[in-house]
Amino acid sequence: MVRIGLDIGSTTVKCVVLDKDNRILYQTYERHYSQITSKIAELLKTIKTKIPDGETAAIAMSGSAGMGVADACGIDFIQEVYATRVAANTFIPNTDVVIELGGEDAKILFLSGGMEVRMNGSCAGGTGAFIDQMATLLNVPIEQLNGLAEKHEKTYTIASRCGVFAKTDIQPLLNQGAKKEDVAASIFMAVVNQTIAGLAQGREIKGKIVYLGGPLTFIPQLRAGFDKALNTAGICPENSLYYVSLGAALCADKSIDFDVAEKKIEEYRGTGNFAFNKPLFNNEKELEEFRERHARAKVKKGSLDGYSGNAFVGIDAGSTTVKGVVTDAEGTLLYSEYLSNSGNPVPIVKKFLENIYTICPDINIKGSAVTGYGEEIIKNAFGVDLGIVETIAHMTAAKKFMPDVEFIIDIGGQDIKCFKIRGGAIDNIFLNEACSSGCGSFLQTFANALGYSAEEFSKIGLLAKHPVDLGSRCTVFMNSSVKQAQKDGATIEDISSGLCLSVVKNALYKVIRVSSPRELGRKIVVQGGTFLNDAVLRAFEQEMGTDVIRPDISGLMGAYGAALYAKEMCSDKEQSSILNMKKLESFEHKIKAINCGGCSNNCRLTVNTFSGGRKFIAGNRCERPVTKKSPDDSFNIYQYKLEQLQSYKPMEGAKRGKIGIPLGLNMFEMLPFWHTFLTKLDFEVVVSPFSNRKLYLHGQQTIPSDTVCFPAKLMHGHVQWLLDNDIKQIFYPCMSYNFDEHLGDNHYNCPVVAYYPEVIHANIRGIDDIKFFHEFVGIHRPKDFPKKIHAELQKLFPDITLKEVKAAAKASYSEYEDYLKRIRDYGNDIIKRAREKGKEIIVLAGRPYHADPEINHGIDKLITSFDVAIVSEDIISNKEAKKVKTGVLNQWTYHSRMYAAAEYVSHNDDMELVQLVSFGCGVDAITTDEVRAILERHGRIYTQIKIDEITNLGAVKIRLRSLLATTNNAKRNSNI
Amino acid sequence: MAKLVYDDNGRLIFTKEMRKENYTILIPMMAKIHFEIMKNVFVHYGYNCVLLNTEGPEIAQVGLKYVHNDTCYPALLVIGQLIHALQSGKYDTEKTALMITQTGGGCRASNYIHLLRKALVKAGFENVPVISLNMSGLEKNSGFSLTIPMIRRIAAGLIYGDMIMALDNQIKPYEINKGDSQTLVDKWVTKLTKTLADGHGFTKKEIAENLDSIAEEFSGIKVNRVPKVRVGIVGEIYVKYSALGNNDLEQFLYDQGCEVNLPGIIGFALFKVDNRMEDYKLYGGSRAKYLIAKKLFSYLSSLEGLIIESQKKFGFRPNGSYEHTKKLVKGMVGYGSKMGEGWLLTGEMLELIETGFENIVCTQPFGCLPNHINGKGMIRPIKMLDERANIVAIDYDPGAPKVNQENRIKLMLAVAKEQLEKK
Repeated sequence: MVRIGLDIGSTTVKCVVLDKDNRILYQTYERHYSQITSKIAELLKTIKTKIPDGETAAIAMSGSAGMGVADACGIDFIQEVYATRVAANTFIPNTDVVIELGGEDAKILFLSGGMEVRMNGSCAGGTGAFIDQMATLLNVPIEQLNGLAEKHEKTYTIASRCGVFAKTDIQPLLNQGAKKEDVAASIFMAVVNQTIAGLAQGREIKGKIVYLGGPLTFIPQLRAGFDKALNTAGICPENSLYYVSLGAALCADKSIDFDVAEKKIEEYRGTGNFAFNKPLFNNEKELEEFRERHARAKVKKGSLDGYSGNAFVGIDAGSTTVKGVVTDAEGTLLYSEYLSNSGNPVPIVKKFLENIYTICPDINIKGSAVTGYGEEIIKNAFGVDLGIVETIAHMTAAKKFMPDVEFIIDIGGQDIKCFKIRGGAIDNIFLNEACSSGCGSFLQTFANALGYSAEEFSKIGLLAKHPVDLGSRCTVFMNSSVKQAQKDGATIEDISSGLCLSVVKNALYKVIRVSSPRELGRKIVVQGGTFLNDAVLRAFEQEMGTDVIRPDISGLMGAYGAALYAKEMCSDKEQSSILNMKKLESFEHKIKAINCGGCSNNCRLTVNTFSGGRKFIAGNRCERPVTKKSPDDSFNIYQYKLEQLQSYKPMEGAKRGKIGIPLGLNMFEMLPFWHTFLTKLDFEVVVSPFSNRKLYLHGQQTIPSDTVCFPAKLMHGHVQWLLDNDIKQIFYPCMSYNFDEHLGDNHYNCPVVAYYPEVIHANIRGIDDIKFFHEFVGIHRPKDFPKKIHAELQKLFPDITLKEVKAAAKASYSEYEDYLKRIRDYGNDIIKRAREKGKEIIVLAGRPYHADPEINHGIDKLITSFDVAIVSEDIISNKEAKKVKTGVLNQWTYHSRMYAAAEYVSHNDDMELVQLVSFGCGVDAITTDEVRAILERHGRIYTQIKIDEITNLGAVKIRLRSLLATTNNAKRNSNI
Repeated sequence: MAKLVYDDNGRLIFTKEMRKENYTILIPMMAKIHFEIMKNVFVHYGYNCVLLNTEGPEIAQVGLKYVHNDTCYPALLVIGQLIHALQSGKYDTEKTALMITQTGGGCRASNYIHLLRKALVKAGFENVPVISLNMSGLEKNSGFSLTIPMIRRIAAGLIYGDMIMALDNQIKPYEINKGDSQTLVDKWVTKLTKTLADGHGFTKKEIAENLDSIAEEFSGIKVNRVPKVRVGIVGEIYVKYSALGNNDLEQFLYDQGCEVNLPGIIGFALFKVDNRMEDYKLYGGSRAKYLIAKKLFSYLSSLEGLIIESQKKFGFRPNGSYEHTKKLVKGMVGYGSKMGEGWLLTGEMLELIETGFENIVCTQPFGCLPNHINGKGMIRPIKMLDERANIVAIDYDPGAPKVNQENRIKLMLAVAKEQLEKK
């Protein structure tokens, strides 16, 4: 009997036929373009011809996309990881670990020493598909990615959580001029880190390691990445693509009747049981009316050829596209280009300018402005007069179409920008957070994956009968939702319109968080390349229940706004500083990557040099490499906090020896307390350093939950650092309760802060070999505290007396008070000095541990570089006389401070609040809405910055610049 | 519509007048058997209660529309279900109130009621009062009070629910005549509905008698005890018990030919009371409050004992007692870990393994904070303690597709089947 194994993956179908000696008679590997059933039917026909005469055949099916089909066709289903295991045990005995990457899954199988199988959680998806997406982003065929990576000189840090995050890192790198070679290698490193961090979960990957699956088979550099990270030399066996199908074949014991099976598969249509929305259009007529209505929103157009008046140039160097326009002094559009970015905006803009000069050699450009991600590099490269923050550019353009516009929503390739306008100024800004950013380019990637161009794909969905309901989550989820819907019988039309709907829902409910159009006003302008898609536009109108305006230059609005802005600002200029034809001819662009070394951040810098000696440095977090001066920290409370924490030194020669404190989470505030406590008890207190990337990577193997917040993940690195430095006693207590500052109804810590010591205890190897104090303590009850903690300490340190503990406790409470007072005094001094100088004050509100430079990524320094002062929430949280009234249960100490700070900011016009939120922080789902509500109640702007492992500050910059531009505008207006 | 009365904080109160006007009180669904039985306590006390049986994807969609999307999934579903009902037109929204539980711990779940109120305002139902069902003395309402006799009756309902659920799970996979077990479940839910609505069936003596009758009848079902894969379910309380929350996990496992074990809700109730005693031991506090908690604890503990006793008497296999579970967890997680399901979640996994359910689905809403600690965070030490442990952690979320969840569960089942064959 021969055995057939089918592996129906997310993008491909693999099949093998084995004889009785496990020899392969036939094998095939094909893409299925989501036409799963017809592909299977076709395969079965082929296989039938490969079966030797007179042989019976048994069959089994595996693979994530095969589940439903197998059941319906009466074929046995073998879970794919399990299948891999069976195959590995048969063909490569003595394998210790299998690492398998597929289209969307990452798996690690531990075969020896306690069998375990791990698959990526639903959040960390995207490996093969992720590499595909990245190749699209780099605009190289996937086959070339490996060759590029081979030639890399250095790697950049790219967030390794999920594909969308990595994308936000890569795009700015490209825009800043990083080399494709280096980026390609960095992408592979990100996949490696993601797999290890997400799946190892405390288990070491060692021994005989086998690499399987498409990406690892086809990309030697990816294997090299794993080899390097794991310090090993893994093997990629023959047939490494076929292990799942081999395993299925080995498990097959149910014989197949080809005719019956074929018939059943052909009849299989899915259950038709998927959630769907109402159609976008009920009939062609509605579609026609819709098109006519939108055709009316037009800009006046002219011709550049032979134009002789004053001209203004606007450029929008966006994340995936570059847009350029030329206008006259009335805003008539003379010329425009809309081009794909291809990873480097410089040559594209050069070509754009050349085109202008070719069409109109005598053009008199009076002014020019640039906006978008590539603003700085383009400004430097071509001598553009002005840089303008994107939000302001879009508003300027929108007003041209609707002077009394109330709300603008712009969905671009990678970002969603929305702003409310009140009294002619931007009143509130919503930008998508790193997590949901896959919007416009995501539609494109999807279309390509299903074998369509983006344009075709959007058209086929317009008249779909049952648009699939795909929810409003991130790209990774969406992939799986689509798979599910296909299996349930959704047509490609339904999926197309469903995806467009989900883009809209994502924008409305995740980014803007509206529940009705009332909140947005009636006058809405939509723009950005994604709205050129009629299906998206219709879905938006439908979801909002209101008609909106889409300018015919919807995709060019940023550039158009920049040109209008240039006209406004350069009216008294003789001529623009933008490179003329002659200078353009000798234009040169060189890129060099170096390490800054100016401080411990050690930023990777990309130095761009242009002809004429103009230079542009990217990748820096502060101004030091540009100005060669240390940044001025005298208005930065975050730096002061770090200084204060560093002043807690070990007391050498202490009787009870060294004891370690991991400096993370609540220790950022509790250090003064515990350092004093333990020093008084005659310990030499060793504190782990401020976090850095290396420290994080050292601990990442032991993180059990890949969705926990980044500050918690860092704790693993800190404890590992202490262990590596031969510390034999570590102090990290559990604390359900924090100090009661009487700002809320209770004074809890969040569950993660409260109990993370338990996770450390359960997951870090070697922690049991040392004295690890992680008992529960209650500092919130100073009277009971000494006795209670003494009892707990006795378990590890029996010689410590209650008398000692009492004295130590007294000193600790007093030191904690002193520390807070020092911080507050300094903060108040910052406020005073800032007010004297008329500086804007930003309250960067978060948790104490957001002071860690690896957590905040230098956002504090970024803010001070805009010449504003910065204080934290704890500086002002005690300034409100009364408890703040909240619409939520106010029960966490750190969060109560934020509510109080928000209330205080509301009453002080020279302050703006910016909230730092860690990705994955469940509690902040509650606090962000509430802080926003408090501020908005008083007509103030709320700004939120989500932070994670990401190191890119581009989006943060836009947000802060918009905020400052808006508040400055408001001030200017109030002066008039 | 009754007059709207607000407290000092601006909270809309459920007034006596509303009660007199016979307002409909909507209750969101969690554990089906339990809630069907327990709602009758409110019926007995004259409240016009409706337990929501609605399901389907619209519920999550409504939730997503009115609640912050990063909030935990149970909040989205519970609030979604309530607002969905208000929007359905089935209820006179001028004469409807909502009821929701509130635990008052350090987890975000304590905030559901506030999120619900925010959502009501957004959806235009700001005149619908919300009743908090809690034992921490939070949020008083003149038209509703939770009295000691009521608590006793609710506890009885809980016990009946746990018992019927446990027996059904032990019998159903093995019954010879398909449907026998379900018939008994339906019969007893109906019977106990009447008993509780009539004001009976809540004394210890009555409970013991009823439990014995239930066990006796279930033990009469004809079964064929073939070896089956045994799977335990633990997790965040809502997604653990709610079919709406976990894509009907129990049914899925049953369809896959497994015997399922869901530890009862009484354990959670005991845990929440015990936390108050542990807080006193760990940090100090009021002795009087400690003693009150102790009294309640021993009462609930004795009810738990009735289940165990009765199951043993009729040849069933009870799960270990709360006290026993607590012992198992010692040294692995501290008793101070009390937010959400706290150490109990870890304890239940250990207890299940001990009872022969070494295959476990650990369910949690995506990003559930306490489960980072006591669920996913404890899998490693559990495996070190007992190699047989075969645990899969599943995240539930409005965007997490069923196919991924089922695929992961199937992986766990494949390993489980292999182990079963070895035995």
